[in-house]
Amino acid sequence: MSLLLQGTATDWVFSVRALLPVVLLALTGLVVFGINSLRPDGRDNKLLALTSIAGTLSALGVAIWYLLAGTGQPTHGGAISLFSGAIIVDGLGLFFTAIFTSVATLVIAASYDYFETDANPASFYSLLLLATTAMGLMAVSNSLATVFVSLEMASLPSYALVAYLKDNRGSVEAGLKYFLIGAVSSAVLAFGISLVYAATGSLLLPDIAAQIGSVGDLNGVLGVGIVMVAGGVAFKTASVPFHFWAPEAYEGAPAPVSAFLSSASKAAGFAVGFRVFATAFQPALDIGIDWGLLFGILAVVTMVLGNFAAATQTEVKRMLAYSSIGHAGYALIGLAAITAGASATNATVMGAAMAHLFVYGFMNTGAFLFIAMVERWGVGRTFEDYAGLAERAPMASLAMAVFMFSLAGLPLFGGFLSKYVLFLGAINAGFWWLAAVGAVTSALSLFYYSRVVKALWLEDATTDLDAIGDAPTGLYAAVIVAGVVTVLLLPGFGPVIETAEAAAAALFA
Amino acid sequence: MILEALLAVTFAAALLVFAAPDEYAPKLAFGLSLLPIAGSLYLWSAFETGGNALTGGEIAFNTVVPWLEVAGYQLQWYVGLDGISLPLVILTTFLTSLAIVSAWTPIDDRKSQFYGLMLLMEANLIGVFTALDFFLWFVFWEAVLVPMYFLIGIWGGPRRKYAAIKFFVYTNIASLVMFIGFMMLVIGLPVNSFGLPEITQSLAAGELGNFFWLPSETLALVAFAAMFIGFAVKVPVVPVHTWLPDAHVEAPTPVSVMLAGVLLKMGTYALLRFNYTMLPAQAEYFAVPIAIIAVVSVIYGAMLALAQEDLKRIVAYSSVSSMGYVLLGLVAFTEFGLGGATFQMIAHGLISGLMFMAVGVIYNATHTRLVGDMSGLADRMPIAVWILVAGAFAYMGLPLMAGFAGEFFIFVGSFGSTVLPYAPVFTAVAMFGIVIVAGYLLRAMQGTLFGPFNLETDYDLDRAPIHDVAPLVALLAAIIVLGVVPSLFFDMIRDATVPLLELLGGGAP
Repeated sequence: MSLLLQGTATDWVFSVRALLPVVLLALTGLVVFGINSLRPDGRDNKLLALTSIAGTLSALGVAIWYLLAGTGQPTHGGAISLFSGAIIVDGLGLFFTAIFTSVATLVIAASYDYFETDANPASFYSLLLLATTAMGLMAVSNSLATVFVSLEMASLPSYALVAYLKDNRGSVEAGLKYFLIGAVSSAVLAFGISLVYAATGSLLLPDIAAQIGSVGDLNGVLGVGIVMVAGGVAFKTASVPFHFWAPEAYEGAPAPVSAFLSSASKAAGFAVGFRVFATAFQPALDIGIDWGLLFGILAVVTMVLGNFAAATQTEVKRMLAYSSIGHAGYALIGLAAITAGASATNATVMGAAMAHLFVYGFMNTGAFLFIAMVERWGVGRTFEDYAGLAERAPMASLAMAVFMFSLAGLPLFGGFLSKYVLFLGAINAGFWWLAAVGAVTSALSLFYYSRVVKALWLEDATTDLDAIGDAPTGLYAAVIVAGVVTVLLLPGFGPVIETAEAAAAALFA
Repeated sequence: MILEALLAVTFAAALLVFAAPDEYAPKLAFGLSLLPIAGSLYLWSAFETGGNALTGGEIAFNTVVPWLEVAGYQLQWYVGLDGISLPLVILTTFLTSLAIVSAWTPIDDRKSQFYGLMLLMEANLIGVFTALDFFLWFVFWEAVLVPMYFLIGIWGGPRRKYAAIKFFVYTNIASLVMFIGFMMLVIGLPVNSFGLPEITQSLAAGELGNFFWLPSETLALVAFAAMFIGFAVKVPVVPVHTWLPDAHVEAPTPVSVMLAGVLLKMGTYALLRFNYTMLPAQAEYFAVPIAIIAVVSVIYGAMLALAQEDLKRIVAYSSVSSMGYVLLGLVAFTEFGLGGATFQMIAHGLISGLMFMAVGVIYNATHTRLVGDMSGLADRMPIAVWILVAGAFAYMGLPLMAGFAGEFFIFVGSFGSTVLPYAPVFTAVAMFGIVIVAGYLLRAMQGTLFGPFNLETDYDLDRAPIHDVAPLVALLAAIIVLGVVPSLFFDMIRDATVPLLELLGGGAP
């Protein structure tokens, strides 16, 4: 705590300005609390949702503004270091904040309809906003201490969100599973951090990097520590070997929460992974700790397992859960391939992984929100239950087709370019085998994604679809917006990849 | 800008028809589809021949706009025309309008979606034939598949879902193989854009380097093989043709017209543009195996057609046979071989369109396509039947019809080929295919059209409505005009294909 008190008044203003997106999110969470405590019995669902969206949108606006203005980037004086270096505001942090806030905005808009009949929606919105705040902190953490604290801050509301439907067995069970595996992986991460501290004597990422050259006999301790930190990242990103919670949690959780976890929470895990490994552990490669190979193997296993398991599912939501694991595998390529050496190729491949997470944020969130809409209609969960939905809800079904084809990497939407740039970057970095596995699993994925499109558009309805008369405004708006953005990210991919590459390059400078 | 306007008008027409109410959609779609025809006719009138677009000839109506830069490569909006692509654009616009009219009778469900998808497919087809940047081309190439998938899957026959999925999976896997092959080639080249002319000229200058441990000679062969496999599925040739009969039999008539008339030409167009323009030396290396594939497609496709009972299957398999001729013309790599192959693409587009439409008219009236179920139709539907006979003769290569010109050019070209060993033998065997074509077409004609009237199904046979017959007349007129004056297209085709001969140091005429 002493860190916070060191600053003078001007420093405070400066810190708040630099961290404005995160501060805005936290304040909105508190405002939602405030509204609820002033009117504990009033079910102000609309007011709460609009307040929350105003908060996430303004945070998104500020993040984009800072990105465009060059705040914290090499062109404008470089990264802004706050609180004795524990927090760092740079392009990477702002880019990921833009992902979290975009996803949160879509999820809140959808939740307005999804939790329409909920007794106390305020707790949902505030949990979501606080989790987003913590993710914003994860993206700017520059010390293993802040990494751990912010990761826990993000995880705790997430457990509650998964178990939010208190009367639903699946939801509670999912929350418990998520919590148990989360607790274990937190312990692993904390232990790994302590080992790294034991070997290097510092928690600040740049200091760790500086010390690694002189660890001497402790390089074994450091190696074990690094592997354990990698385990923490694997948990948060739902990658092998800490992926077990993901299918259960995504399936049992309310669909908007699944959307939030599988898009934003995964991206937050990667934000931490990219910064910690690129900044702190890069020199460890020189003393024989090849974490690149570790991530490469994890990427292969994650891609193969996620995609093959997705192909065998009978329920759409569970299929998407496994596909989300598969996509974690693609993004892991971005972690594995930054060990090649040349900073230009490193920046390209890591920027590509970031851009993929950005596109993924929209297409995957959209897909889960479509499922939220189907859950609200009460149609059913399997592929057969989805049959013929296009007749009753053509616009939403069209958007879902866009999400599916984009996730599969058909070259009509943003998902194609981001995957392509990622694979090309991996080839340039010498990791052609990762690109090969990625391309093959990506081709396989078309099989199970197209099953959804087939059910929606080609099959005749098997169940009574009369319930689908109403068009929930918030849900529809969120799904359509996500669909439009997914389409526009094909012609408009240039600014995204350029921003991501510039942000990544700053880490390797 | 004229090509952009053509594409924009076609896309806008598609959107307009999507939004239109069902009862106006057919006429509106036809009216709007006249605009692209007008556009393509204007292109024809303003076109001046100037060589091959890829090998350094003049590119008509071209526009180059940077799109985005990834991993050191510039992606561009790059469109233009030459003597190879212009006839195909004209064919596309012409055939789409006629297919739309031929859909008025059979399509009575979800009309605005049907006609919207037809126009959307037309727009993407124009894009395929005009794009000169690989990425742009690939986006259009894949974008054609999606409308086709829905057109077969929603409006098709009893086994439409199976046929649609099979079509989609086959062609997508083929695209992936082709994509990987082409990417390996580009990575081995010192180019910084995906412009097809740049890549072709760089290859022609012998600048191909190594791809990792693959030496450049092997790389070129691997890339050629991968691209050939990818495009061969699209053409299709034996043994990767099995998706075609399923797709054709299940697809509604107008969709079959587009599939046979234009979509198959995407495969041969791409073979000509990529394999035979970019890697002519490798084409020479593979000449014998590819010629064998071509001849087997001709003979085996025709023999399969001989064994069918379903009129549509007969025409479908005969397409495999006809595309074998096109492939033979490409392998020959002579002035008349390449030119004849390109001309045959147009001729076959018109003739197979005519045949499918005529079979569709008969099916609309009789509700059967089985040869054994009907006989003596000539008495009841004289106009449609005589046009079908004329189409069959065009297929058999009756002089003064377009099919004769195309096949004659190909045989002349392949007989004197210096690239292909044993060229006269291959040519002679392929020519024998014509005899089989005559055999199965005459058998089918005799069985269904002539003899005493008999129809197994109880269906009132009325005269075909005028809007069923009008497109047939228009197509027949076009076939005769091109047969009498092949130079209408052949001059510009020759102008664009002759420069290719210089790539192999000039061949025999």
